[in-house]
Amino acid sequence: MDIRIENISKTFGQHPAVNSVSLEIRSGELIALLGPSGSGKTTLLRLIAGLEHPTGGRIFFGDEDASRKSVQARNVGFVFQHYALFKHMSVADNIGFGLRVRPRAQRPSRREIRARAEELLDLVQLPGYGERFPAQLSGGQRQRVALARALAIEPRVLLLDEPFGALDAKVRKDLRRWLRELHDKTGHTTIFVTHDQEEAIELADRVVVLNKGVIEQVGTPDEIYDTPASPFVHQFIGEASSLPVTLSNGEVWLADRATGLRSEGNGEAILYFRPNHIEVVEGCSGCIAGVVVGSRRVADTRRVEIEIGAGRHRVEIDLPVGHPAGEGSRIAFRPTRWRLYLSGASENAAPRKVAVHA
Amino acid sequence: MSGTAVMRFRQPSVLPGFGIALGFTLVYLSGIVLIPLAAMILKSAGLGWAEFWRIVGDPRTLAAIRLSFGASLLAASINAVFGVLLAWVLVRYSFPRRRLADAMIDLPFALPTAVAGIALTTLYAPNGWIGQFLATLGLKVAYTPIGIVIALTFIGLPFVVRTVEPVLREFDREAEEAAATLGATRRQTVFRVILPSLLPAILTGYALALARSIGEYGSVIFIAGNIPYVSEITPLLIVIRLEEFNYAGATAIAAVMLAISFSMLLIINLIQAWSRRRFGHDG
Amino acid sequence: MTVENMLVPSAAGTAAPNRYEATSETRGVRIVLIAIAVLFLALFLLLPLAAVFMEAFRGGIQAYFAAITEPDALAAIRLTLTVAAIAVPCNLIFGVAAAWAIAKFEFKGKSLLTTLIDLPFSVSPVISGLVYVLLFGAQGYFGPWLSAHGIQIAFAVPGIVLATIFVTFPFVARELIPLMQEQGTGDEEAALSLGANGWQTFLFVTLPNIKWALLYGVLLCNARAMGEFGAVAVISGKIRGLTNTMPLHVEILYNEYAFSAAFAVASLLALLALVTLAIKTFLEWRFADGIAAAGRSH
Repeated sequence: MDIRIENISKTFGQHPAVNSVSLEIRSGELIALLGPSGSGKTTLLRLIAGLEHPTGGRIFFGDEDASRKSVQARNVGFVFQHYALFKHMSVADNIGFGLRVRPRAQRPSRREIRARAEELLDLVQLPGYGERFPAQLSGGQRQRVALARALAIEPRVLLLDEPFGALDAKVRKDLRRWLRELHDKTGHTTIFVTHDQEEAIELADRVVVLNKGVIEQVGTPDEIYDTPASPFVHQFIGEASSLPVTLSNGEVWLADRATGLRSEGNGEAILYFRPNHIEVVEGCSGCIAGVVVGSRRVADTRRVEIEIGAGRHRVEIDLPVGHPAGEGSRIAFRPTRWRLYLSGASENAAPRKVAVHA
Repeated sequence: MSGTAVMRFRQPSVLPGFGIALGFTLVYLSGIVLIPLAAMILKSAGLGWAEFWRIVGDPRTLAAIRLSFGASLLAASINAVFGVLLAWVLVRYSFPRRRLADAMIDLPFALPTAVAGIALTTLYAPNGWIGQFLATLGLKVAYTPIGIVIALTFIGLPFVVRTVEPVLREFDREAEEAAATLGATRRQTVFRVILPSLLPAILTGYALALARSIGEYGSVIFIAGNIPYVSEITPLLIVIRLEEFNYAGATAIAAVMLAISFSMLLIINLIQAWSRRRFGHDG
Repeated sequence: MTVENMLVPSAAGTAAPNRYEATSETRGVRIVLIAIAVLFLALFLLLPLAAVFMEAFRGGIQAYFAAITEPDALAAIRLTLTVAAIAVPCNLIFGVAAAWAIAKFEFKGKSLLTTLIDLPFSVSPVISGLVYVLLFGAQGYFGPWLSAHGIQIAFAVPGIVLATIFVTFPFVARELIPLMQEQGTGDEEAALSLGANGWQTFLFVTLPNIKWALLYGVLLCNARAMGEFGAVAVISGKIRGLTNTMPLHVEILYNEYAFSAAFAVASLLALLALVTLAIKTFLEWRFADGIAAAGRSH
């Protein structure tokens, strides 16, 4: 089932939670809605499910306008962060609930419902758990039951709201891999919400980055990571340092010193680069130089914090573990992959991208 | 604790005052509650089985017990229905004076029972505000068993509301949303998801209201009419026997009521233990 | 508050009908349910309360004041205040001692003790009076000995006090125990490690932590103590001017068809109930954290 979202908006009181968002999702895709808290990602998911009514815009499931339908009629599988299992029902009854509440004419027989529940328990790797109650299960098991319950109604789209948010790190990693396998097996169009960029990049076919109710970028994990479309995406995905720079005469200037980077355009801009995309240079004729103010070990590299120039801007770069630079020593480097965004007149105006060097 | 065979009575603590606090508690509890109750049980046991059953098996006693039970069951049932409705409205909806309404729920706890008794009697008497209206419908409330049910409904009103309210307030709204996404209509969600989850709380409130109603005296005697075999409740019969200096009769009936109270207490504890095991929270 | 937070269904999100759009009742259903609830409350709670005051003033203001200042009424008021002034402090001291032992220490038989403390709530008030008649009455276990020594307990003030203590027995303890259990022993241990002695620890650390729950328990205890009818009716002997408490005085007047006077005295008790409810609501609203058992049934 492909899904088309057209200019959807949702306002709570005066506060626009989702602001005229448009998005197309292809059938069978696994999509991540990624953003910080307050970005509107959960609201967007709830709008697709029909748990919220949009202030404006429309949502299509295939060719059918779903935004006119109630949540009951949309036939979506929704998995909640805190599972939302029915505590007074056994696992099997939870899974069969969606079938039992159907109108009599469409309701499968008791035996069929039972068999379907068993089947789904096998699918989520909890065979034999049908008679237990939610209180007797671990967090990871509960979330798998919640998923089985959502799948039982043969949903047209599977929606997951921070599905692993309440679980501890180890379980989260296992479930993530398992969800990917399950998706590949069942082929449901799946949309999940997360604030964890690592989760989004590892799991999704495409990632939708949201900020303040609007989409910043839609793309494959590679596109999002390698060619971020905005300063927000640059900083939100992976690690990034930024420096205010000036463009003139085809060069990038840091205060009155040349950085050795070349770019078109004129005026104030902000330079973004990742800590590992730099080269250390000896003798500075066109570089960024500063004093080491701190360092810490990050996996296989040493991450060094450097204070630069009179503006006392701090950036982070990665050095080999054995590099001799100590606190207080001077170091010069040059970004190898970087991006520039024009500052513009006002702080709030969206910075315009002027150069990409990958 | 290491695997010593001897279990300590008390686990060690640096806080002082355990001995004197527990000692005082036990002496006071024994003096005020346990010894008097034990004396009563002893007294009724002293009657001997034959005498005991002769008193309890007396038609007037049986009629009183039947009436107390029947009226209490009916009143508790009314309160179960309206208690859930009140809790629902108070927790889920906002309307003018909601806080005031919520505070008023406890009135039957705070209002002395004798005051409630004469007020209800005045309202439901044939010439009272409500009574005269009901009289035109041919319904007589005061001085009949219906009056007893009215008084017991008043007395038991807060129990179900106050046990259901906190559970409903903490009910997971996402579970309702989950039901909706699975295709359940609002009615199905309410009757299959929400109400079953409230069941332990409803049962607890029901049992508490029932226990209170069976022993209730002050609010009932004014409105009941107190006609033997018809509208004479058990606690009143105890008082009547006492006024006749028939201590044996009073004690035997009281022992039966005490047994009923203890059974109710046991049932309430069982409901809560079951609920804790099944749902992981209190009813 | 961020949007994200607003969307997480919170336990406190009760009075926000605009959220949970897909899972709330239609406006019509809401209105009908609210109407039924309000009607039920009006019929069962407001109307009886209104009746008390209406009937009390039926004979006019002067008759009202005459009824409540008449000697027997004053004697009843005095006795009720005396009984509460003895019973409430007794149960206050007991409640603190019991809560200290139960909440701050681990020992065998604790849950049994907690159940026994709650016992008087599940006993009929009539039985609460009866047990003391059986102990101290003329035919009771201690009756002959007491009368030989000229001590009167049953059908006298001491009996009324005992029965009142019995029926109000658990009020303070059951407010304190859950709160003190929740608070644990950390604060007290800290105070002791800083050199405070046991009494100082209780006075300066424990007491401030439990003061609102204590007040709450005392409030409910007092309301019940002043309003108790059944237990007191059995043990008092109902001697006018001597062993009549206010509720008993109401009954006597009512049975003598002195309705206005009965309701006049009753209105004082109703006023007590309203003041109790008002303070109780205020405490729950203002000091909810200091009252663990707020909103629980009793």
